[in-house]
Amino acid sequence: MRAIGIILAGGNNNKMKELSYKRAIAAMPIAGSYRSIDFALSNMSNSHIQKVAVLTQYNALSLNEHLSSSKWWDFGRKQGGLYVFTPSITAENGFWYQGTADAIYQNISFLKNSHEPYVVISSGDGIYKLDYNKVLEYHIQKKADITVVYKEFPEGTDVSRFGCIKMNEDSRITEFEEKPIISTSNTVSTGIYVIRRRLLIELIEKCEAEDRFDIVNDILVRYKSIKRIYGYKLDSYWSNISTVDSYYKTNMDFLKKSVRDYFFKQYPDIYSKVDDLPPAKYNPGSEVRNSLVSSGCIINGVVENSVLFKKAYVGNNCTIKNSIILNNVYIGDNTYIENCIVESHDTIRANTTFIGSNGEIKVVIEKNDRFNM
Amino acid sequence: MIAMLLAGGQGSRLGVLTAKVAKPAVAFGGKYRIIDFPLSNCINSGVDTVGVLTQYQPLRLNAHIGIGIPWDLDRNIGGVTVLPPYEKSGNSEWYTGTANAIFQNLDYMESYNPDYVLILSGDHIYKMDYEVMLDFHKANNADVTIATMPVPYEEASRFGIVLTDEDNKITEFEEKPANPRGNLASMGIYIFNWSVLKEALIKMSDQSNCDFGKHIIPYCHDKECRMYAYEYNGYWKDVGTLSSYWEANMELINIIPVFNLYEEFWRIYTKSDALPPQYISQYARVDRSIVGEGCEIYGEVYNSVIGVGVTIEEGAVIRDSIIMKDSVIGKNTKITKSIIAENVTIGDDVEMGIGDEQPSRLDSKIYNGGLVTIGEGSVVPNGVKIGKNVAISGVTKAEEYPNGMLNSGEYIVKAGDVR
Repeated sequence: MRAIGIILAGGNNNKMKELSYKRAIAAMPIAGSYRSIDFALSNMSNSHIQKVAVLTQYNALSLNEHLSSSKWWDFGRKQGGLYVFTPSITAENGFWYQGTADAIYQNISFLKNSHEPYVVISSGDGIYKLDYNKVLEYHIQKKADITVVYKEFPEGTDVSRFGCIKMNEDSRITEFEEKPIISTSNTVSTGIYVIRRRLLIELIEKCEAEDRFDIVNDILVRYKSIKRIYGYKLDSYWSNISTVDSYYKTNMDFLKKSVRDYFFKQYPDIYSKVDDLPPAKYNPGSEVRNSLVSSGCIINGVVENSVLFKKAYVGNNCTIKNSIILNNVYIGDNTYIENCIVESHDTIRANTTFIGSNGEIKVVIEKNDRFNM
Repeated sequence: MIAMLLAGGQGSRLGVLTAKVAKPAVAFGGKYRIIDFPLSNCINSGVDTVGVLTQYQPLRLNAHIGIGIPWDLDRNIGGVTVLPPYEKSGNSEWYTGTANAIFQNLDYMESYNPDYVLILSGDHIYKMDYEVMLDFHKANNADVTIATMPVPYEEASRFGIVLTDEDNKITEFEEKPANPRGNLASMGIYIFNWSVLKEALIKMSDQSNCDFGKHIIPYCHDKECRMYAYEYNGYWKDVGTLSSYWEANMELINIIPVFNLYEEFWRIYTKSDALPPQYISQYARVDRSIVGEGCEIYGEVYNSVIGVGVTIEEGAVIRDSIIMKDSVIGKNTKITKSIIAENVTIGDDVEMGIGDEQPSRLDSKIYNGGLVTIGEGSVVPNGVKIGKNVAISGVTKAEEYPNGMLNSGEYIVKAGDVR
């Protein structure tokens, strides 16, 4: 392969509210049996990128646990493999990663010691499928310095949390605004870039010398007129999950047949860490409609328009509506849950009610004790 | 202690289910295969060197075992090794019996020079700690320990029966006695001292079809080895017949099954692909069932065990049935009390398992209990009706169903290696 991969998985933000207490966004569970980073990792693996670095920083426990073995994504190889880089104190540096560019700088030996000519950079919070080879071919054909994969949203979408770009007729990026208050464009950067390895090393070292730490602001925005930065259009499904609302919507998208077929039935596959869980069990009284149910679930109640992650237990007479129940949640009898996201490993007492609204999804964190058998 | 797992048998009493796969590779309980139970027992008991002896249709079995990753049996030292029969310079022979198969792999065992050898078979559903059995073996200073369990007297003549004294020492051993004098049945699980096993296998190597129950155990008994019976009282199910296979699957559906796969302790591992969750549609109904990953259910499912990746279309009604991996059930099809193997396609508007029971014309000893059995990779066309005790294997066309109906007791077997 002509490229190595870097996945930026250190981030977090306050728009994830309480869900971010526990884990980095890249480790957020998605679609019942995956985690967000599985999509970028599987894309790397399916694009035959053999050497991938994951840069983590914020609350990486869940993420490290998930990445404890690289075999699930076929990275358990003698050549290349999966590298997880967390910040470390060295002779030259005692800081945390101060930004995306700094994160790469602190691990620049990974770039310097590789011999592949290109680097594919992806964020860990995008839900998408993409053959990076196609982007790379485009990059070479355009003689670009940097290629940014972009997605066009319909008119009127709130894009203020993204980087917005404008291009000329040759797809060369002419304007790049990071998180604009008022945007004049509906074209957003997906945080997926292709760049020549030597150029990346050069730019990152220059940034560091100037005390600049961010890829977007200090490289893409700053160099947009000097370097040839091109846009590559992503036509297929892409969703960024870094707010509670978009996280909820992305999971609910998987209730649509077209989205499920695209991710699960069409080549290539998305891989994830495999748990040894028994099949889901439907006891008398269970009534499940339009829902995703993962392995290890035991259902005794009513579940409607919801996504149940692994090992959810739904007690008798419960009603779960329009909700997301994360991994290993126990829900006691006669409980009513609507428009909620229930945090993983939680125990919901019997006879309780949690109701969010369609516009304001409620995040349920109870932290009750459970006595495991 | 190393384990030798006998997984070469066809399991002909499972009929068309084992037409293309060995019995240990037959799917069980939604996502497992029968061999997962002894393999998981091994690793959970701390036995990390396992030789798996294969012979009949080993492709699926080999692919399933691989290098043993799902059971953490990929080890630097030991781990799982698949042992097929092989050509020797003097003669070449298949494994002709259980003990003969072990005898042909003396070199494998010798290379580990174990103190004890555990002999297992790959066709039972149970959870058992072999280490406790080994402790029992050591405590009695035994040469051979046989795992046994009490069975009803009326069924005792199907098993090897051991008679013991008050210290659990075996005084007599009878293989399938007509008039059993005891009810402690051998489970086909043995622990041998390596030297005793080696000596017995070499002495008995000329015996044709050399078998543990018929030859090795009587030989050790005659030699007055110290033989003990280890009594096991947990769940143990022989799934050697279609009815017992069906029953064992159905027992998993109970609210709190005797054999509980949901316990954290003593988990059962299997090779599972990273599959998406299952989708239950707006109009689907799933009740008293277990359903595997990646299924898409638009119809109704009652009292059934559904494997991974199964599609059940709108209007279909499944009752009291087992449907294995990646099968597709067409629209408005009604299926009752059937076992449908992997990658089967059932058309639309089919009715299966209807009418009165008639004895099977193919083999009434195999196909009974009113079960419809559909072999792997079969295709059943749209709109046909199928009675009870029916066996189907292979791609079938509407013409092959007289007046669109396959009566009870009939069969269409076009594919696979079935008697």
